[in-house]
Amino acid sequence: MASSQEDHPLQTQPQPRTLPPPFNTSPAPCVLIAQGAESLLYRTTFLTPTQPAALKVRPEKKWRHPTLDKRLTRQRVLAEARVLVKLSGEGIVAGGGGRKVKDPKKGKEKESGGDGGGEGVGVGALRGVVPAVLGLDWERGWIVMEWIEGVTVKQAIYARDLADEAALKGLLRRIGGVVGLLHKAGVVHGDLTTSNVMLRPTVSSSSTTTEEGEKTKVGDGGDGAGLDGDIALIDFGLATQSISDEDRAVDLYVLERAFGSTHPKEEGLFGEVLEAYGESMGKGGKVVLRRLEDVRMRGRKKSMIG
Amino acid sequence: METITLPHLPNHPLQLLLFRNVKNAAFLRQQLLDGNTDFEYAFLDAAVILSRQHVLAACFKAINGISQGRLKSKNVHSEIVFDMSPNSNISESFRRFGVSDTTKDILAIKVAPKDPAQVEQHLRDSVRGTTIFITDENLASMTDQARIRKAYKVDVVSQEAEAYIIGCIAIKGS
Ligand SMILES: Nc1ncnc2c1ncn2[C@@H]1O[C@H](COP(=O)(O)OP(=O)(O)OP(=O)(O)O)[C@@H](O)[C@H]1O
Ligand SMILES: [Mg+2]
Repeated sequence: MASSQEDHPLQTQPQPRTLPPPFNTSPAPCVLIAQGAESLLYRTTFLTPTQPAALKVRPEKKWRHPTLDKRLTRQRVLAEARVLVKLSGEGIVAGGGGRKVKDPKKGKEKESGGDGGGEGVGVGALRGVVPAVLGLDWERGWIVMEWIEGVTVKQAIYARDLADEAALKGLLRRIGGVVGLLHKAGVVHGDLTTSNVMLRPTVSSSSTTTEEGEKTKVGDGGDGAGLDGDIALIDFGLATQSISDEDRAVDLYVLERAFGSTHPKEEGLFGEVLEAYGESMGKGGKVVLRRLEDVRMRGRKKSMIG
Repeated sequence: METITLPHLPNHPLQLLLFRNVKNAAFLRQQLLDGNTDFEYAFLDAAVILSRQHVLAACFKAINGISQGRLKSKNVHSEIVFDMSPNSNISESFRRFGVSDTTKDILAIKVAPKDPAQVEQHLRDSVRGTTIFITDENLASMTDQARIRKAYKVDVVSQEAEAYIIGCIAIKGS
């Protein structure tokens, strides 16, 4: 077989300057998709020229001391990668439950006793729910993940058919179910917002994949069908391994607050998320939901004091 | 013979050849032990290879690590064998993923060959086995599930396990 170098569309413009090696000199395009406070997200290919991938880069912070900056970047990149790898091994790793992966917050004993595992949620139960890690360089501050097709839940809700409340309820229930699975697996997300939850088109067995690995997207029309699809969680930069009720309740509270401020019209339906969460969490769910009420109280007090 | 250029690593094309039913594994291993410079290859035991992606993930890690000045073993070829392993024990990684006297099927990899035709000829002359296409099906037919389970400490060897195994390779050494 010939070298696959011809398969790369020729790079007409130089790569963005923020890219670390080897991407800064790569002939394969890296297209900037999103720019956050801490990171840049590019769409590119990885391992094969037809496999789409998400490259998340944490660029150098010039205003920070170089040694400190390196250490913080390294910590954040590794924290995200370790949690994602742990989750992809859910139900696969020998001995059941999650594999013991070094806790991202080393030295800080969590309530979970650092056993790194929740109850276990079944073989590959989180496969497709979180992106797989394909490559990583913690010294250079980048991680390459599986590309998740589709749109963020935020976008999907903004574009939704306002007449179709059932579709929205269904979506919220699926989100609650997935967060329950995550918590059951022994991980709290740390930054649950509707931008960090994605809606990927359900991959039917007959679905055709184009050369670029693109699948037809949902959510670009304004019709109710835009809320169909499978839930995927992204952005595990603040995730921790924990099975504490408090951490879990705070995770839900963060989502509740973010949802309310991003989608004020839909705020009243958030109960659907919690109901489905309770169902998917099983016996531990009730305790977390009760704890959530405490967390809300504290939140209100805090905002009253200012 | 197949040449693969990994996205983002245009200067390190990989030349690969998969051999089935190899008769002289002990001889090949001896060449590596002796440091015979005619044998600058990564020889992987195909029994512990899950898929093409699996090998390519280790190749990317090895080449990128070396380009960033982080060579953990002797050279890029030994580094590929090392980076197949989920842990940082070098001798264990060679024992598990490299060629041993009893290895049956071998994936041979040469990074950035100067003369690909010569490399192919040399491999065909030196490895006594039948070459076959490097497809996921052929690789799967050579997989020893028990050895994969042991090497990566997994219960299941399936498509689901691939993502986890590649992830373990990615975070290894951290
Ligand atoms: N695996 C992925 N596949 C497809 N798109 C993704 C993927 N990961 C992220 N994105 C897109 O990029 C955006 C930003 O990614 P992400 O949320 O991980 O970064 P961030 O918010 O800047 O991270 P952080 O808060 O850790 O600094 C997402 O909202 C989403 O649109
Ligand atoms: Mg985000």
